[in-house]
Amino acid sequence: MAELRVTAVHKSFGPVRALRGADLTVRSGTLMAVLGPSGSGKTTLLRCIAGFEPVDAGEIRLDGQQIAASGRTVRPERRRIAVVPQEGALFPHLPVRGNVAYGLDRHSRRTGRVESVLALVGLAGFEDRMPHHLSGGQQQRVAVARALAPHPRVVLLDEPFSALDAALRTAVRQDVRRALRADGATAVLVTHDQAEALSVADEVAVMHDGRIVQSGPPDLVYSAPADPWVAGFVGEAVWLPAEMTGDRAHTPLGPVPVVATGDRPPAMAGQVLLRPEQIEVVVPVARAAVTATVVGHDFQGHDALLALRLADGTPVVARIFDPASLPHVMGGEVGLRVRGAARAFPAPPQTPQ
Amino acid sequence: MAPAAGVRRRVRRMLPRPALAAAATAAVGVALLPLVYLSVRVGDAGWPRISSEVFTSRTGQLTARSVALAGLVTAASTVFGVTSAFLVTRTDLPARRLFGVLAALPLAVPSYVAAFAWVSTVDGFEGFWAAALVLTLVSYPYVFLPVAAALTRADPAQEEVARSLGSGPWHTFSAVTLRQVRPAMGAGALLVALYVLSDFGAVSVLRTDVFTRAVFTSVSLGFDRTGALVLATVLVVITLLIVSGEQLTRRRAAHYARLGGAGRPPTRLRLGRLRWLAASGLAGMGALALGLPAASLARWFGEGVSRPGSLTGLATAAGNSFTLSAAGAGLTILLALPLGLLGARTPGPVAVVLDRLAYLSHALPGLVIGLSLVFFGINVAYPLYQSVWLLALAYAALFLPLAVAAVGAAVLQAPPALEEVARSLGRRRFHVLRTVTVPLAAPGIGAGAVLVFLTCMKELPATLLLRPTGMDTLATELWSQTSVSAYAAAAPYAALLVLLAAAPTWWLSARTGVLAGGGS
Repeated sequence: MAELRVTAVHKSFGPVRALRGADLTVRSGTLMAVLGPSGSGKTTLLRCIAGFEPVDAGEIRLDGQQIAASGRTVRPERRRIAVVPQEGALFPHLPVRGNVAYGLDRHSRRTGRVESVLALVGLAGFEDRMPHHLSGGQQQRVAVARALAPHPRVVLLDEPFSALDAALRTAVRQDVRRALRADGATAVLVTHDQAEALSVADEVAVMHDGRIVQSGPPDLVYSAPADPWVAGFVGEAVWLPAEMTGDRAHTPLGPVPVVATGDRPPAMAGQVLLRPEQIEVVVPVARAAVTATVVGHDFQGHDALLALRLADGTPVVARIFDPASLPHVMGGEVGLRVRGAARAFPAPPQTPQ
Repeated sequence: MAPAAGVRRRVRRMLPRPALAAAATAAVGVALLPLVYLSVRVGDAGWPRISSEVFTSRTGQLTARSVALAGLVTAASTVFGVTSAFLVTRTDLPARRLFGVLAALPLAVPSYVAAFAWVSTVDGFEGFWAAALVLTLVSYPYVFLPVAAALTRADPAQEEVARSLGSGPWHTFSAVTLRQVRPAMGAGALLVALYVLSDFGAVSVLRTDVFTRAVFTSVSLGFDRTGALVLATVLVVITLLIVSGEQLTRRRAAHYARLGGAGRPPTRLRLGRLRWLAASGLAGMGALALGLPAASLARWFGEGVSRPGSLTGLATAAGNSFTLSAAGAGLTILLALPLGLLGARTPGPVAVVLDRLAYLSHALPGLVIGLSLVFFGINVAYPLYQSVWLLALAYAALFLPLAVAAVGAAVLQAPPALEEVARSLGRRRFHVLRTVTVPLAAPGIGAGAVLVFLTCMKELPATLLLRPTGMDTLATELWSQTSVSAYAAAAPYAALLVLLAAAPTWWLSARTGVLAGGGS
């Protein structure tokens, strides 16, 4: 149970500047996802918090107590911050019980803590198995149980689900989240998978080039991204050139209500952001104000993305939720309608990495 | 930030674990002791004395003969080694697996055992050409094993690409395959050259006057210390020239990466009518390298063990070998632990330099190490002289790299991520070492200790010079019986040594994957 506060942390490896002033606040009892592309410094941030790497500048505080600053590093074993590495990293020579009990003192081993954390991750009765007899998902659950067992102040999870296959990943992810919540743990999850971050976390911190560029609740980060890069990284983005008049933007899709980003006034020329699910495909064509040509089709099972081109050549992507019911022949004409408000940005969008 | 903090951080980046680095440095210091003492003693002798020993026609003859022997054996071993490796791994040769084992097994025959077998079978078998033949037969596996392993591991996709671009099979072999194995071939050839230069057993049994034999003779006959030391130094210089020459010619591009993909076995070349010719050639090599020693041992063995008291002698010698080798292996592993840990955990310039320095003594002839320690014992550490520990020190100096490689590989069994997790669970570094690192690394370290132990059992020249008086080992008994042509008496020692030496050979071949992969 603790508040973790990272302030302006810098960390370089030779010429490589992995962290360039990272700020992060994790409230007690919440799960924070640090989301960023590979190379953005998220694993380095995690290792600095765990105490495996000293920081060059800035500081890290846990419950107000300083645990890392330039020239001062509290040892990992004194921090009570447990980690769950990427591949689980179970001790291969110890059975499940030995792994989970590793961080417990003799007294708490006898209080049934091992059994209760194993039950929490859904592995009751697995105490005597050896790690190599467990599946990948089970190994990850044991790794989480091992981290939770000694009641750490913070649990750090480093892309713990990336080695699992897609179907298993969702199940393990939900179970781990439930276990963390049931134990009241404060946790930081590092991931490059935006769907994972948005679905599992209480708060999301988006990391780019060694800095946290935005943090907040998942829905806010998705609907009100701080800059075009974040907008493109956390989801599919449709960018339209726009002229602003008051609270409306004039776009190739017609007039759209617009919300400003931050404190910038919306009344200036720029770009607006729409999410594909805000663009509705209407049949018959005659009932829509704008028409577009179908140029591509990306079927994803529960929904599909239609790549469209407007009459003036602007590319647009629409998400349709009932792919079977709509005609979408390549080269066919469809009508379009915009739902909700667009977000205005002054600068032209950057392409996300 | 204060400049002092910056300096401290830079030092910490270069030397993240100062205590470990200090222990590793101390270990390398112990291993380099013989070499350092040798140079100090030679330096003391003064230039006039040195030049009067070095610039003589005898030294010139010794140099020419030693270098010629090393060159001839290296060339012959490379040809035989590469040919048999290619035949075993890349063609439709019959009984490939069997030939793979046969080509690896001569490693298990110590050179003096092979020399004993030939000299006791063929009358008047001695001199330069005899030594060249015997040394080639026992040392071509040093080329065969790495080249066969490289050929097994090399990515067949590169050859397939060459074929698809229109190269014929032979052009592909010379342009692609041979380049893939060039680093392995170079490393193997270097081992052979060093092996021949440092060999004492075969050349002394076959009475070939090269450096090692001359040094030993001048010590044991005249006890001409300075002369022996100067000759030994010339040998050291030749060795260092060869090692650095190999380093210089090694090209950076010689490391070929495998670009992912499954480990497909390569397509095999059809030999057609040459198939049986190749098979009989390899069978002939096997007969000379293994068959003849086996026949000779079988012939003398019965006669040898039926002699009165022979079994007692054998048991005593085996016991002595065991004691000395156990002390040697124990000390070697102890010194290897910090070095292996440092190399595996905090790779960096310091670890690399220490690792190279440890190889320095390994490259030197056992005779030189032994000689230097004899004088070191007499002049500096008299309480150690004639004790087990001075010989153990020689073994450690000679075989430290074997143990370091084993420890390094074993420590990699416990990846750093495990130690980090353990520490994040609140355990101190030493507790983590005891409960995670050591239990995981122990089997590998144990295997390394056994390897060093068996290698010590076979060691001859340093053992001859440094064993406590009256403490005869299997190797020294075999050598002294052979020197007086008591072949029947020597045979049981030879047989036991071959058995002991076969174990690490088997282990080495299994590890390089030649035995496992040869048949698939």
